[in-house]
Amino acid sequence: MNKKSTIIGLIFWTLVSFLTLFPIYWLFVISVKPVVQLFSSPELILSDPFWGNYSKVWNDRLLRSYMMNSIIISTGNAILCTVLGFFACYALSRFKMAGKESIFFWTITNRMAPPAVFLLPLFLLMTQVYVVGDWRMLDTRIGMILVYCTFNLPFAIWTLRPTVEGISKELDEAAYVDGASPWKVITEIVFPLCRPGLAVTLMLTWIFAWNEYLLAATLTNFNARTLTTGLSEYVTSTGTSWGIMATISVFTLFPALIVFSLVQKHIVTGLTFGAVKG
Amino acid sequence: MQSNRLGWILLAPTMIILFFFGVLPFIYVIFVSFHSWNPFATNPEMIYNGADNFRQIVFDEGFLNSLGVTVMFVFFAVLSELIIGYLLAQAFMKDFPGKAIFRTIHTLPLIVAPIIVGSVWKLMTTPSIGIIPHYLDEWFGITMNIGTSTFAAFSTIVIMDIWHWTPLVTLTLIAALVSLPQDPFEQAQIDGANKRQIFWHITLPMITPAVIATVFIRLMDALRTVDEVWMLTGGGPGSSTRFVGIHIFKEVFPKTNYGYGSTISVIVLYLTIVACWLLYVTMLAPRNSKKG
Repeated sequence: MNKKSTIIGLIFWTLVSFLTLFPIYWLFVISVKPVVQLFSSPELILSDPFWGNYSKVWNDRLLRSYMMNSIIISTGNAILCTVLGFFACYALSRFKMAGKESIFFWTITNRMAPPAVFLLPLFLLMTQVYVVGDWRMLDTRIGMILVYCTFNLPFAIWTLRPTVEGISKELDEAAYVDGASPWKVITEIVFPLCRPGLAVTLMLTWIFAWNEYLLAATLTNFNARTLTTGLSEYVTSTGTSWGIMATISVFTLFPALIVFSLVQKHIVTGLTFGAVKG
Repeated sequence: MQSNRLGWILLAPTMIILFFFGVLPFIYVIFVSFHSWNPFATNPEMIYNGADNFRQIVFDEGFLNSLGVTVMFVFFAVLSELIIGYLLAQAFMKDFPGKAIFRTIHTLPLIVAPIIVGSVWKLMTTPSIGIIPHYLDEWFGITMNIGTSTFAAFSTIVIMDIWHWTPLVTLTLIAALVSLPQDPFEQAQIDGANKRQIFWHITLPMITPAVIATVFIRLMDALRTVDEVWMLTGGGPGSSTRFVGIHIFKEVFPKTNYGYGSTISVIVLYLTIVACWLLYVTMLAPRNSKKG
């Protein structure tokens, strides 16, 4: 009986995994097919891979600079959001500030806005208002790092709050009694205890920033253009070149996979959304 | 307890960034929504036209249609994700060989960029190169064309969203289920409760906060879905998959009617905030304050 249910379970999970993985697998299949074979009847099993698309994409200097931009912007943004989000959560959980629940809710409303809404005002603000001398914020990496905070910072606060609330307040108080400074309490006591939650937040904000498309497509021209915008760019400029589109997609997917594998152990711990008491 | 000043200092950077990149653009959008404005026309001036844009919106069939499509999409997608996600989370509660690997695999879709999800599903469903229409035709004789069939396009998007976001629901529900105390379940079994009674009277009430939090997150994201749908169908065929986000995109950019586009944005934002605020106030806030 027990053995039988194990086998049924394994069959069930293999099926679920197949459904989950198939689209990703198919993306890879398309990326290693020469154009002529795309329109013949689709084969499920890969035979005779063709790497032409990969060398084409890899040797494209423009795409490589896009990739560099993506790496810098998402890393900068993820670190910024996680650190600031952690500070904000600490403030929200340890101080009795007037209206803090409203502030908490207000930060989340920033994430609800349909992104298309903010494209135009952000474009105008970044070309005309956020200017220092000759320097404009539009099409800069710093600019994109800050813009991505609009959706990542609320997310960081939202996911970190239960983690920070879960750290016993008596620990802080004991440290204060021992004469520790607030800075020391935050960085040396609370911060290390929150590490799993922080790692997951860092990972998720990194991936969200890496994956963002609409804002990057509108607020960058050349200097700070990211890989996702490259994807759509190459699709339109060459008609619909399915193979190249699939290859750039694979290139965009790959770094996210690596980041994911680094912290996937902690993902459940981090994603408790206040649903679970600490 | 430390003085509140430190709290404000810690909150300040967050509030400053969100002010410059969230609040200011928002105020700007509200300002523009009371004007008629086409910055690329020969007469690029902003003309104040009072509440005309808001009056127009009530009779705008295109907008109301897109609102309906969005609500339908959110309903079907989020409901299916909750049901499938719950069943998978329950299945993950048992021990079986290879559990960690299966869970990792199940989490993968979460990290795929929406725009890539759109292109993957485009590669799979576009007639002539897509694998799904090919085999549907060969095995069942069903013709599937997301370019012409409203039903095919809409259901493909719902399925795509389920594929992409069910893992998030599963993960949050696993976290909730793992943390449940065991006593009530044992007690219920001793008292002879059946599985259905245990689910409705014990499991469900105890995981409600997690369910609400998940719905909250999914609702916000589903309402702003643009990238993948834009890539997959571009809102077509006709206006069958033209979600609000895409409607704004189509209304604001090609017609360059920024005033009216802003008005739609304001209304959509307002509706989203009201929906989420209601959810938050009625379900989450009382529990948080009880916890202290």
